Amino acid sequence: MSQTKLEPPAQAAPATRPDAEPTDRSDRVVVIRPDPRWPHLDAGELWHYRELLFRLAWRDVSVRYKQTSIGITWAILQPFVTMVVFTLVFGKFAAFPSKGVPYPIFTYSALLPWTYFASAVAISATSVVGNKALVTKVYFPRVLLPIAGVSVPVVDFFIAFVVLAGMMVWFAVWPSLAIVLAPLFLVMALVSALGVGLFLSAVNVRYRDVPYAIPFLMQIWLYFSGVVYAISALPERYQWILALNPMTAVINGFQWGVIGTEPPELGKTLVSVAAAAVFFVGGLWYFRRSEPRFADTI
Amino acid sequence: MATAITAERLSKRYRIGELQSAYGTLRDSVTTGARRLVRREHRPRYEEIWALHDVSFEVVEGEVLGVIGRNGAGKSTLLKILTRITTPTKGRVTIRGRVGSLLEVGTGFHPELTGRENVYLNGSVLGMKNREIQRKFEEIVEFAGVEQFIDTPVKRYSSGMSVRLAFAVAAHLEPEILLVDEVLAVGDAEFQRRCLGRMEDISLTGRTVVFVSHNMQALAQLCDRAIWLDRGEVMLDGPSSEVVARYLQSGFGTGAVRKWRDLESAPGDDLVRLRWVRALQDGVPADAVDVRRPVGIEIAFTVLREGDPVFPKLKVFDARGDVAFNAMDTGPRWDEPSPPGDYVTTAWIPGNFLNEGLSTVHAQVCTLDAPQLRPHATADLIAFHVQDPGEGDSARGRFIGQWKGVVRPLLEWTTEER
Repeated sequence: MSQTKLEPPAQAAPATRPDAEPTDRSDRVVVIRPDPRWPHLDAGELWHYRELLFRLAWRDVSVRYKQTSIGITWAILQPFVTMVVFTLVFGKFAAFPSKGVPYPIFTYSALLPWTYFASAVAISATSVVGNKALVTKVYFPRVLLPIAGVSVPVVDFFIAFVVLAGMMVWFAVWPSLAIVLAPLFLVMALVSALGVGLFLSAVNVRYRDVPYAIPFLMQIWLYFSGVVYAISALPERYQWILALNPMTAVINGFQWGVIGTEPPELGKTLVSVAAAAVFFVGGLWYFRRSEPRFADTI
Repeated sequence: MATAITAERLSKRYRIGELQSAYGTLRDSVTTGARRLVRREHRPRYEEIWALHDVSFEVVEGEVLGVIGRNGAGKSTLLKILTRITTPTKGRVTIRGRVGSLLEVGTGFHPELTGRENVYLNGSVLGMKNREIQRKFEEIVEFAGVEQFIDTPVKRYSSGMSVRLAFAVAAHLEPEILLVDEVLAVGDAEFQRRCLGRMEDISLTGRTVVFVSHNMQALAQLCDRAIWLDRGEVMLDGPSSEVVARYLQSGFGTGAVRKWRDLESAPGDDLVRLRWVRALQDGVPADAVDVRRPVGIEIAFTVLREGDPVFPKLKVFDARGDVAFNAMDTGPRWDEPSPPGDYVTTAWIPGNFLNEGLSTVHAQVCTLDAPQLRPHATADLIAFHVQDPGEGDSARGRFIGQWKGVVRPLLEWTTEER
């Protein structure tokens, strides 16, 4: 022990020091308060934790591929086999409209953003409960968990995209100039998935039914997203209703750029963008509101 | 000195049941909600408890604060609020400086990932920057002693190895404010020793530490100041030796008497087992003793079989956890065989010997395994508080200030005119 410690403080408690000078350290002052009435996203704090976000996403990706024996093959197998089945059932047998491109290309190019969306929702929805050990032991903005969750299947998306490129060569289908906008539509898928994921991950802390509900939810959602048939072939008013589903715009926009189908209508696309924004803001609001109680209830 | 932590009227309310598992299934909520609707029942009133109630304190920069209290006194809740894992129901805390917390070593370790990957992951989780981890990486791996296995998945590590690696990461965290919870309760003696050593290093570099523990000795040794929480409220806040002593005397802690109800569960082995250890003054167990009069440390034990000669031994620590002295029975029985039976030995610590404050005693019964002592039964510490009634006849005379020293002998002074 050092000499300095041999003298315990004579006073019971150090008196409040009104003259306490502000410290010269770079770190900010943190004030811990009761739950805020109006939750908001602290962007500065998210930026501060960006390295942890990267680590969490990277952990999920590497664990995902390390644990499975056929690894990245899953990323291709899932949309590919679904495409084959859809082509047989809906393309050949039911002869669903496919925007004038070969049905396999139509459905596979829709399955890419769709599969991304569905896995992003599934992974982020279980992200908080799945990281219980972290949530109850260390502080970090909990939003990082669903965000990392929606980043994970991006890798799968790119792997499966290679197959799409191969199919396009095979069927001689070419992209349009609007391919430069395709990333924006993917961002829209990410934002929508994040909104749903934020909401469901917070719900999952209270109700463990969520993992059971997701496959069911996604199965139904798929039929209203233009994966198996072209939305544009529906009567006009149904198209407007379906525009409330952001995935219709994502798939239309993605196909417009990548496989050169006709451009989506601006009005309906804007409705979808607004819907995606509502999903995101609503999900975030619910998440932030529930967040302070995660550690107590999880 | 600036304040590092200011807690103002901190309160945390839990609903009963919430502490275990509050999550249910949707079905439960739907059915109870429907039932309420049909029968027009009101929402059931939850029973509520205040895990913390109106707790205020300040920690100045560089101070090492200990938090003690029974289980359920609110220690963990306080730490959870300070680490921002949960939010208070009322009140607020202001923290100045980078906070690091050790609520558990190896938080976020993933068995599928390699040692290297886990160091980076765990480091980020604990709040280190990538550059910082890179810089300390070699040091961390060396400290843990897992160089050859650093690229092996952690699931192939022995549990000792992963704990060492996890601790190595945590030990290299350099926060300005460190919050620690009972880390010392896990691991073997060597691991605990290293944890304590590391915490001491941290506190000596002028960093602020808040330390929650049941280990009174470690707490008295490491902390300048302690807060005693009881039922969510601050019972006492003051110098750690004083708070620890009062806590122990209150009967919540160890106190001056340790007694084991049955021989099977008492400390010891097949050769010898302890029955009780207590501190006595004037023939009665005493939590507070007069500095001027002798204190007896009574060690009762049972020898279960014929074997090497056994003898009791004790170690007395001062309030800071430094060893004041070691002593063992050097009486005539010293090297004579000890036949099976019950024994009671008393060691007399003379009056005017120990200094004021908390003294803690470790008692053991040993055999001599030349040239080493082999402990067979070890008692957890008992503690008593040495007090000076201030009547002017002790070593401090009529002086009333702080009196330093591990011991306080009453010396004989001779003065002559020359």
